[in-house]
Amino acid sequence: MSQQVSAKEPNAEQIAEQQIYKQMGVSDSEYELICGFLGRKPNYTEIGVFSVMWSEHCAYKNSKPLLRRFPTSGPRVLMGPGEGAGIVDIGDNQAVVFKIESHNHPSAVEPYQGAATGVGGIIRDIFSMGARPIASLNSLRFGKLESDRVKYLFEHVVSGIAGYGNCIGIPTVGGEVVFDESYDGNPLVNAMCVGLIDHDKIQRGVAKGVGNPVFYVGPPTGRDGIHGATFASEELTEESEAKRTAVQVGDPFMEKLVMEACLELIDTGIVLGIQDMGAAGLTCSSAEMASKAGNGLELYLDAVPQREEGMTAYEMMLSESQERMLFVVEPKDEAQAREIFERWGVICAKVGKVTDDGRLKLIHHGEVVGDMPVTALVDECPIYNKPSSVPAYYEENANIDTLRYEEVRDLNGALDQVLSSPSVASKAWVYNQYDYMVRTSTAVRPGSDAAVVTVHGTRKALAMTTDCNGRFVYLDPEIGGKIAVSEAARNIVCSGAEPLAITDNLNFGSPEKPDIFWQMEKAVDGMAEACRVLDTPVIGGNVSLYNENSKGAIYPTPVVGMVGLVHDTDHITTQGFKNEGDVVLLLGDTYGELGGSEFQAVVHGVTEGRPPQLDLNKEKSLINAVLKATQSGLVQSAHDLSEGGLAVALAESCISGGLGAQVELHASDLRADIALFSESQSRILLSASPNQADELEQLIIQHGVPVRVIGRVEGKDLVIHAGGAAVVNRPVQELKQVWEDVIPCLMK
Amino acid sequence: MKFAVLVFPGSNCDIDCYKAVEDTLGEPVDYVWHTATDLSAYDCILVPGGFSYGDYLRCGAISRFAPVMAEVAKAAEAGKFVLGICNGFQILTEAGLLPGTLRRNMSLKFRCHDTLLRVENNGNPFTKEYALGEEINIPIAHGEGNYYCDETTLAKLQANGQIIFRYVNNPNGSLDDIAGISNERGNVVGMMPHPERAVSSLLGSEDGKKMFTSILKTWRDQHESASVR
Repeated sequence: MSQQVSAKEPNAEQIAEQQIYKQMGVSDSEYELICGFLGRKPNYTEIGVFSVMWSEHCAYKNSKPLLRRFPTSGPRVLMGPGEGAGIVDIGDNQAVVFKIESHNHPSAVEPYQGAATGVGGIIRDIFSMGARPIASLNSLRFGKLESDRVKYLFEHVVSGIAGYGNCIGIPTVGGEVVFDESYDGNPLVNAMCVGLIDHDKIQRGVAKGVGNPVFYVGPPTGRDGIHGATFASEELTEESEAKRTAVQVGDPFMEKLVMEACLELIDTGIVLGIQDMGAAGLTCSSAEMASKAGNGLELYLDAVPQREEGMTAYEMMLSESQERMLFVVEPKDEAQAREIFERWGVICAKVGKVTDDGRLKLIHHGEVVGDMPVTALVDECPIYNKPSSVPAYYEENANIDTLRYEEVRDLNGALDQVLSSPSVASKAWVYNQYDYMVRTSTAVRPGSDAAVVTVHGTRKALAMTTDCNGRFVYLDPEIGGKIAVSEAARNIVCSGAEPLAITDNLNFGSPEKPDIFWQMEKAVDGMAEACRVLDTPVIGGNVSLYNENSKGAIYPTPVVGMVGLVHDTDHITTQGFKNEGDVVLLLGDTYGELGGSEFQAVVHGVTEGRPPQLDLNKEKSLINAVLKATQSGLVQSAHDLSEGGLAVALAESCISGGLGAQVELHASDLRADIALFSESQSRILLSASPNQADELEQLIIQHGVPVRVIGRVEGKDLVIHAGGAAVVNRPVQELKQVWEDVIPCLMK
Repeated sequence: MKFAVLVFPGSNCDIDCYKAVEDTLGEPVDYVWHTATDLSAYDCILVPGGFSYGDYLRCGAISRFAPVMAEVAKAAEAGKFVLGICNGFQILTEAGLLPGTLRRNMSLKFRCHDTLLRVENNGNPFTKEYALGEEINIPIAHGEGNYYCDETTLAKLQANGQIIFRYVNNPNGSLDDIAGISNERGNVVGMMPHPERAVSSLLGSEDGKKMFTSILKTWRDQHESASVR
């Protein structure tokens, strides 16, 4: 072992004495463990490599016990969590590959590059599996859209996503954007990518075959993104601004070339293993590839393409420069591989070799500068079962009656208020900056319940959505977790698709706080149960912890990305009303449930009480009923009831369809304001042509789902009657204006 | 009739153009690499959209130096049909095959949505099957689609009927609402909107189909009259 170190790097003794490992997020006990695995004290490069491999971002050391609670298998699952992305069978030897990943902390300090590289990273995860990326989605959270800082973050995150996705030519087809002060200073930027693959093309990140060469492809390594994974695994503070160098810089043009070249390489059938260099760059990809094959790996760092002069081993191993991949082929196939990258103008360098000693060995300037057991890096990070306790706010909320607010009588005004809440308002300002049509497969564009992308050459299509209501999860994490999965499934069936599986992005505060760990535990339990009942296993995901600002943790936000299969493009359904005279039906029961609702927040200015309840068996019946109905061709439009309840769902179906409706709120014991804005779960709004409405109603009843005809599509106004009076009466054109103008006005 | 779809590093609407020709016309079509030095086998050359060379420096500014562009110029000179869409339009202006230039959108933002175009000249080989003044729904997706040229050039474009499409509602600040133009001879057309994205009602519009059927009809008419002679 060389003790030669660069002048500014401390040696092994200094690291121990000055506890330098702590600056890298390694605890005393972890440091002791590392010394045990090495049989000596680690040098600077080695402690750097361990620190990123043992970060929450790479090792899931605080979340692993929870992730084990998710159902991850099913008859259609071809690959579950553990690889770059999960894979689900869609028939005809085809499969869908998808995953979601966060880039929250980078986006908080450098929104454009943070968001752009988030998109780039998740796209690499998809094509490293051998899949052709066909669509992207995202899920974004910002503080209230009032301060200059929030507007700046919002504007630049959106342009970062657009800049990367548009250039690489993968349509950004859907997503969600929510504004709430709990995300002030700690925005959430979750990016999801969906790809298509033939079963026989599926790749794995394994360093197979002792003696085989290891290749590096992509742009040279620079000093950007060093310690990005560690940065992602701590709280943002005022000093975070100083960590701006930990944010990587993206080049979507380069990624396009790398993607095309890698897909062409995979197509030849000569690849033994391939993995992208994401978090923790060369370190993570090399260690994981070796680990999965049960092998070792030698890396010749002098051969690593370098953008800057005099880079140290430490810098090269920890750099998170973008658009880089690692792959292994047999020596006889080397020339064929090199030719492909040469033609695409992409650097391809032999940087290592597969060994049989189970060690990750780093060689620089002719000396061994790092020598670590692969299993220690990948599998031996200690897993922590954090203490959990019920937060005081949860107990207090039990006694809050969410129906105690004085009745709101001006319901036209209330509807305007809710429609003009930036979280509910039209997101056209956002998605019109995304190219959502490139690849000419987008059948349902952003703005409906789920986006739908066709599978060229077949009658099939894929529906996709991202969902999470952080307020519900905050008020009751278990129910909120169930709601996140259920709402996603509802969006999928409203598009005419059968829910297949989910990917999740668990965004929470610091797991060191028992209150927060309790939120994590409960939310995961709720999601896991919903996934079991709804038959949508978790095939992969990402965990982002330490999302806090000076005022505390963000709302717990476990984002669900769900993909569904449209069996025939004839089944595709959208939310807008279609024809004058169509019958409007409401499925599901409405209760007096205002806890965590948009109405409660916007009109009454609070978020309190318990969220709406959810019965998963009822949800399952509803989902089966609506899927059957859309597949039977009985449905003209379908729209899930979510933020803003029945009132907003009706308004959106009117606005999207450019038609009005006459609706009757049937006599019930609910006040009109509650009936209109309650966010009771398991409800869907359908419309049907008059000659099919009875058949549709019968079909819904057969599934045991409550259904009621509430009105007709008619005229140019939305008119809602209750107790003999028109409590809402507005031209659709005016509602549209209110809903469309909010975000552009705020961003002017 | 044989079509070429050019592929530059960073082209990303190449597949869409290829599919549009295949699905709409069923005529033979090839991808042709930016390094190609012979286009003599092709009757129509499609320069697709995307971000060739990352749009670094200026959209289309690097692509015009690709070896294949000399061949595109030769083909245009020989009277073959050339259609540049979006980034392809930008490349054709940079290469001097079409007048004017494309500046950043007035909003300074990328814009992607449907637009209504008015057919201003249906005597062009690419627009024969449209009615004059017909309004068609063709989407845009660009950050630099704001057409500009000097007054003399504009006067010439107007006088010669070289303005092929105008926006009904100008989305990007283009001079004289210009969405697409041709060269003087009419065989080279450039436009910012994407007709290849409007060839299927499932995807929103079929109004772009006639651009493809028009060029095939023009070519057939020319070849039939040639063989009769």
